[in-house]
Amino acid sequence: MSPFLRLVGRDLRLALRQGGDAAMVVGFFVLTVVLFPFGVGPEPELLQRIAAGIVWVTALLAALLSLERLFQSDYEDGSLEVMALLPLPLEAQVLAKCLAHWLVTGLPLTLTAPLLGLLLHLDTAGYPALIASMAIGTPILSLLGAVGAALTLGARKGGVLLSLLVLPLYIPVLIFGVAAIEAEIGGFGARPHLLLLAAFLVLAVGMVPFAAAAALRQALE
Amino acid sequence: MLRLANPNRFMQWSGKLLPWCAIATVILLGVGTYMALFVAPPDYQQGESVRIMYIHVPSAMMSTFVYAVMAVSSAVALIWRHPVADIAARESAPLGAGFTLLCLVTGSLWGKPMWGAWWVWDARLTSELVLFFLYLGYIALVNAFDEPTRGARAGAILALVGVINLPIIKFSVDWWNTLHQPESIFRLGGPTIAPSMLWPLLIMVLGFAAFFVTLLLLRMRSALMAAKLRAIRLQQIEAA
Repeated sequence: MSPFLRLVGRDLRLALRQGGDAAMVVGFFVLTVVLFPFGVGPEPELLQRIAAGIVWVTALLAALLSLERLFQSDYEDGSLEVMALLPLPLEAQVLAKCLAHWLVTGLPLTLTAPLLGLLLHLDTAGYPALIASMAIGTPILSLLGAVGAALTLGARKGGVLLSLLVLPLYIPVLIFGVAAIEAEIGGFGARPHLLLLAAFLVLAVGMVPFAAAAALRQALE
Repeated sequence: MLRLANPNRFMQWSGKLLPWCAIATVILLGVGTYMALFVAPPDYQQGESVRIMYIHVPSAMMSTFVYAVMAVSSAVALIWRHPVADIAARESAPLGAGFTLLCLVTGSLWGKPMWGAWWVWDARLTSELVLFFLYLGYIALVNAFDEPTRGARAGAILALVGVINLPIIKFSVDWWNTLHQPESIFRLGGPTIAPSMLWPLLIMVLGFAAFFVTLLLLRMRSALMAAKLRAIRLQQIEAA
């Protein structure tokens, strides 16, 4: 097994054995979405109109919740310093950790989203676009979040700071994620928005590892 | 540029430059304000309230210009480990945030009589707001570490990430706005701006730029002096 996959496996095992990471993120996602009908009223027309937006905004917040743990525990127990000495470049390790992070947060969020769409009376035509946009968009959230998580290692009040850094960078994902669903419902087709999201994902895969690895190196100095 | 990496040389050089920048600021802002208030004509549609433009447009331009200054200084600081560039980036961030806030506030004051609302989710306003949050994030990150050099290094990386992201955010916000409310796109001014308004505006833009350079030099000098003071105090404590 390649070192890359082994690192993914290690992070997955840690997440599963420490337990609850994925469950907590999904729980937060569901609970927060359920709050909205209490806030704006239960009328199906209103909920249907704002369903895509609510699901996406809440997914952003849920993804944000778990970011702090991406490097924090490895930083505290010193594993990160050992990992920096591995023959596998730090950039590739960042990518591996993002992949593992997505598998325990982004993927469960993507799978739960249609259920929440159901609760919010999302138009039936929107479901394929919802699943597709979440599947392409949530990896971007993990990647961008990795830069923020690496930058805030060892900072005072890292958690709040992290959300201040990362949320503005998430705006494009939110815009195109929601636009894909609404375009599909409106009959224009989600394809252009999904392609833009995919382009953004490719850009993030190409650039994030370098920024995050640079941030990790300066944190370890 | 690399010659200025020596803080002492920077102090000499900036000490000579600073009075000239201050004089240029006073003259340009003075003349610009006079022309904007008394020489430039009121707009045929907007009346006297068009004069907000002479503050609003220069501060909007400065808000992006300062981010560019911050990003270039950050790149220089990361590549050459240039200590003065580090200080330049850190000290320009609050100025940039100030210009962005000024732009948002004047825009809001201008929007109320013109559009009938303090805030409109217009694409330009929204991206300016996001820029403001990016500045705040940068300032918070730089100040979040006990060790100042860590904060500077982390901030430099963030500034560069932000520079790549800014065009993407700008583009997506433009896209979002035309999707959601195409009927409410506000176009300022209509036809191209008249020369009688353009000249005061240009002078104000230059005045704002000179103002920024003056403040930045002042802030960088006081940051360097503060560092020196701290070093002297530490020496005294060790000697005692």
